[in-house]
Amino acid sequence: MKRFLAAIHIDLTLLVGLLTLMSVGLVAIYSAGGQDIDLIYRQVTRLGVAMVVMLVLAQIPPAFYRRVSVYGYVVGLLMLVAVLLFGDVGKGAQRWLDLHIIRFQPSEIMKLAVPMMIAWYISKFDLPPKTLNIFVGFVLVIIPTILIAKQPDLGTSLLVASSGIFALFLAGMRWRLIAYVALLAGAFLPIMWFFLMQDYQKQRVLTFLNPESDPLGSGYHIIQSKIAIGSGGFEGKGWLKGTQSQLEFLPERHTDFIFAVYSEEFGLIGVMALLAIYLFIIGRGLVLAVRAQDAYSKLLAGAITLTFFVYVFVNMGMVSGLLPVVGVPLPLVSYGGTSMVTLLAGFGILMSIGTQKRLLSR
Amino acid sequence: MPIKRQTIRDHTAEANLVTRRAFIAFIITSLLLGVVLSNLYVLQVKQHQDFETRSDTNRIKVLPVAPNRGLIYDRNGVLLAENQPVFSLELIPEDIDDLDTTLSQLKALFPITEEDISSFKQTLRGQRRFKPIALKTRLSEQEVAIFSANKYRFPGVSIEARLSRHYPYAGLLTHVLGYVSKINKKDLQKLIEAGQEDNYAATYDIGKLGVERFHESLLHGKVGYQQVEVNSQGRIIRTLEVQPPTPGQDIVLNIDLRLQQKAAELLGDRRGTVVMTDPSTGGVLALYSSPSYDPNMFVHGISQANYSALLNSTDRPLINRATQGQYPPASTIKPHLGLVGLEHEVITPDEEMTDYGRYRLPNVSHVWRDWKRGGHGKVNLTKAIEVSCDTFYYDLAYRTGIDKISESMMDFGFGDYTGIDLHEESAANMPSRGWKKARFNEPWYIGDTIPVGIGQSFWTATPVQIAQSVNTLINKGERFIPQIKRGYIENEQITVELPKTLRPVAMKKEANWDLVLDAMYGTVNRDHGTAFNAFATAPYVSAGKTGTAQLFSVAQDEEYEEENVAEHLRDNAMYVGYAPYDAPQVSIAVVIENAGGGSSNAAPVARAMFDYYFTLNPLPEDKWYSPTEKRKVLEYTSS
Repeated sequence: MKRFLAAIHIDLTLLVGLLTLMSVGLVAIYSAGGQDIDLIYRQVTRLGVAMVVMLVLAQIPPAFYRRVSVYGYVVGLLMLVAVLLFGDVGKGAQRWLDLHIIRFQPSEIMKLAVPMMIAWYISKFDLPPKTLNIFVGFVLVIIPTILIAKQPDLGTSLLVASSGIFALFLAGMRWRLIAYVALLAGAFLPIMWFFLMQDYQKQRVLTFLNPESDPLGSGYHIIQSKIAIGSGGFEGKGWLKGTQSQLEFLPERHTDFIFAVYSEEFGLIGVMALLAIYLFIIGRGLVLAVRAQDAYSKLLAGAITLTFFVYVFVNMGMVSGLLPVVGVPLPLVSYGGTSMVTLLAGFGILMSIGTQKRLLSR
Repeated sequence: MPIKRQTIRDHTAEANLVTRRAFIAFIITSLLLGVVLSNLYVLQVKQHQDFETRSDTNRIKVLPVAPNRGLIYDRNGVLLAENQPVFSLELIPEDIDDLDTTLSQLKALFPITEEDISSFKQTLRGQRRFKPIALKTRLSEQEVAIFSANKYRFPGVSIEARLSRHYPYAGLLTHVLGYVSKINKKDLQKLIEAGQEDNYAATYDIGKLGVERFHESLLHGKVGYQQVEVNSQGRIIRTLEVQPPTPGQDIVLNIDLRLQQKAAELLGDRRGTVVMTDPSTGGVLALYSSPSYDPNMFVHGISQANYSALLNSTDRPLINRATQGQYPPASTIKPHLGLVGLEHEVITPDEEMTDYGRYRLPNVSHVWRDWKRGGHGKVNLTKAIEVSCDTFYYDLAYRTGIDKISESMMDFGFGDYTGIDLHEESAANMPSRGWKKARFNEPWYIGDTIPVGIGQSFWTATPVQIAQSVNTLINKGERFIPQIKRGYIENEQITVELPKTLRPVAMKKEANWDLVLDAMYGTVNRDHGTAFNAFATAPYVSAGKTGTAQLFSVAQDEEYEEENVAEHLRDNAMYVGYAPYDAPQVSIAVVIENAGGGSSNAAPVARAMFDYYFTLNPLPEDKWYSPTEKRKVLEYTSS
C-alpha cells in the first residue's frame, strides 16, 4: 500500500489529514444545507475532481514547476488585467473570466503563481536574500494583490499577498526588515481606507468594530454567527440540532459561515478537534517543506502550507468576530468549488515536492 | 554575458535557515490558532448563557391563543348567541413573489371586489412583517373547496378559520344581546387602561352593545398561550408548549325566546316596546324594542350605506326604547302618586271630590282639563285610579307639592338608573325644584306641579323604570334590579343567581299598598275600569293601569317640549299590569308610540302577552276561569 502510494507520489500522512477534514466538511454541509443530499453529491463530485487535479499535479516533478514559474506568473497577471477590462460581473464584483469553454477566476491561479514566482526569484540568489531582492519580491507580490483587490476581492488578495510574503519570510528575510515592512504596512492602512477600499468593504470593517450598531443590517451576519457559536457551548447542540442554522437564522450557512454551524452543533470539543486536524495538516506541510531538496521547493511548499493556515485563521476569525468579514471559505470544509480546486492543486504540488526527490543531490 | 557566481552556495546553511524559519512559522501559526481557540472559549463557555438566551429568543415565540367566547342561552336553553367557524383568505405578502399576479389569479377563482383589494392594500402598509393579512373574509364552503384544490399554485396564501359570533334570531334580540364587533382603537385604549390588553392579544371581537357588552368580562374568558419555534422568516416550525385558553362563561338569560317572539309579533312595525318581568325576582322575561335590526351586520363590519340607513332612519332603530326611551309616564304612575298622597296624609282613602272635567287654582286663570269631557263626577282615590281621573290627581299633586312627590318617586327609582344589566340605559328625569333651577335657572312654579300629578310636565321615565316601579307596588315596597342574566353554566350545570335588591320603599300603613293594588285590580276588572274591555274575556285575573301620554318624540337627550310637539304627534299608548292578581307571576310595561289611547292600543298588547304567558306556563285549575265563571268571581270581588 505504502509502496503503491509512493509510486503515485502521494504523501499518506497529508492524505489522511485532508480526507479527515473533507469528511468533517461533508458532515457539516449536510446539516447546514438543510439535509439536502444533492448538495452532498455535488460537493463529493467537486472533491473528486479536485482530488484528481491533486493527483495529477503530484506526478509532475518540482523542477517542472520551477521552470514554468515565470510564465505562470506573467500569464496570470495578464489575465487579471483582462478581468478588470472585460470580466464578468458576479455578485457585485468583477472576478470571472469567460473563455467560452470555461469560466474561471484568474485570481485563483495567482494563489499558486505568486508563491511559485517568489520562490523562483528568491531561490536564484543566496539565502538569506538581500534587501534589494526582498524589495523586488514585494513588488512582484503587490502588483497582483492590488489588481485582485480592485475587482474587488479582498479575501483573495489577502491570500495572494500572504502566500508571497510567506515565501520571503521563509527565505530568511531579516527581522529588522520585517519590522520596517510591518511599520510601512501600518502607515499604508489609512491610504487603503481612503483610496482603495470600496464602500461595502469599509462598511464591513465598521460593522466588525461594532456589530450591534446595526443588528438587522450589516451587523446581522456576525451577530447571528456569534449567537450560533456561543449557544453551542462546550458540548454543542448535537448534529442537525443547531437551531441557529436549522431555522435559517445564520446566513451563508454552508459556505463561508459553515464554521458557525459546526461550532453550534459540536461545541468547543468539536472546535478543538477541528483545530487539531488543521494544525496536523499545517505541521505536515511544514515538515515536507523542511525536507524538500532545494530552496525553491522549500519556499514553495512552506508558502503553500502557510497560505492554507491563513484561510483557516481568517475564516475562523471572521466567523467568530475577531476579524472583519472577508470572503474566505473554511478550507476543504466550506461548500463550493473554485477555492477547493486551488487548495488541492496546492497540496498536489506539496506532495510532488514531498515525494519526488532526485537521488543525485546533496 | 552570463553572470558568474561569486561564491559556492552553502546549501546546508540555507536549509537550516529555512528550517528555522519554518519552525518559527509553526510556532506563530499555533499561537494564532490559540488566539482563535481562546476567543471561541470565551464565546462558548464564558458567554454561553448569554448566547443561549439570545438563540432561544431568536427561535421561540409566544403566541396568544384566543379563548372561545361564552355562549348565551335563553331561560329554556335555546341558544341565542353562538360561535361559528368563518373562513378567510389570508396572504403573507413577504412570502409572495409577485403580489399583483397572485391577486389577479385569485380574482379568477372567486369574486374579489375592488373594495377587498383596496382595504387589503391599506392594511398592507404599516403592517408588521410576516403577519397574515385577510384579503377576503367569510368564504363560503364552496369557495374554501375551490381554493383548497388550487392551494399549490399560491405559496403564501392560505385559508384561516376562526370562530365568529352569530345571532341566529337576528333582530329579535338585538336590544337585549347587542353584538360583538372588531376591537377598535377606542376599545383598545380602554383595555389598556383596564390592564386587559394581554388578555385580548388574540381576540378579534369585543362586546359593543347589550348583554355582550355588559357581560364582556364573563363572556370573553382568559387568553391562552402557545410557545412555538419559528424560523428566521417567522414561519412556525413546531409547537413547543401549549397553555390552553380558558373559554368564556356560558350564560343563561331570564329571557324567554317565545315571549320575545310574541312581543315582536304584537308590536309589528309599530314603534314601541314591551318589557315583561318576573316581579318576584326582577328577571326580565321579554324586552323588545321596535323597530329592531340585524346585529349580524355589525359582527363582520357593517357597510357605510347600511349604517347610514340605520342611523338616519326616523324610526330610530338603534335606540333601545325599553331602557333609553324617555317617555312621560302619564297615568301609569297614578297608583304610585295615590300611595304618596295617602302616605303623607294629604288624602284619605274615603275622601271624595266631584270632577267637572276642569281644574283651576285659586287666582290662576289657567285651566287644566280632564281627559274626559265633563269629568267623572264623584270620585275617591280608588275610582280615580280605575277611571284614570285627571282632575283628582291635579288636586292631589297640588296638595302634596313637588318636593314630596319628587322625593317619593325617586324612592321608586324614577330619575335614576334601574341598574339593569345593559349599559344602554337612560336615567330619564324626575323633576324637582333643584333640577329646574339647575336646568333652566328658573324657579319651580306651582303650575309646574299640577301636570306632574298625571305623569307629564318635565317628568320622563323609561319603560324599564316603569316596569321596575310596578314591581315595587306588587312587592309592597321591596325593590329588585331588573336582570337580563339569569345565571351561568358550569360543568353543564346551570347556576341561577340570586335576585339583586335595592333599598325598599317604606310605607307607614300596609293597607295603603292594598288600596292602590285593589284600584289596579279595578282598572282591569270593574266595568268602569279603563282596561276592563281589553281583559274582560281573559281566563285569568290581572291588574293594571292604562296611560295615554301627550306626545313628543323619544330620544336620549331631547327634552319634552309640550307646546311644540303635542300638536303634530299623536299620543303614546301605555299600559302596565301584572297577573295573576292574587299571586303575581308576571308584570308588563307596554309603550306604543303615537298609537293613541292606552286602553284601546297598549292594553290589548299586554293582554295578548299575558294570554301567551299563561299558555306557556298554565295556571292551576282553580285559578283558571271560563268567561262565565270569571264574571261571578268579579262580581264577588267588586262587592
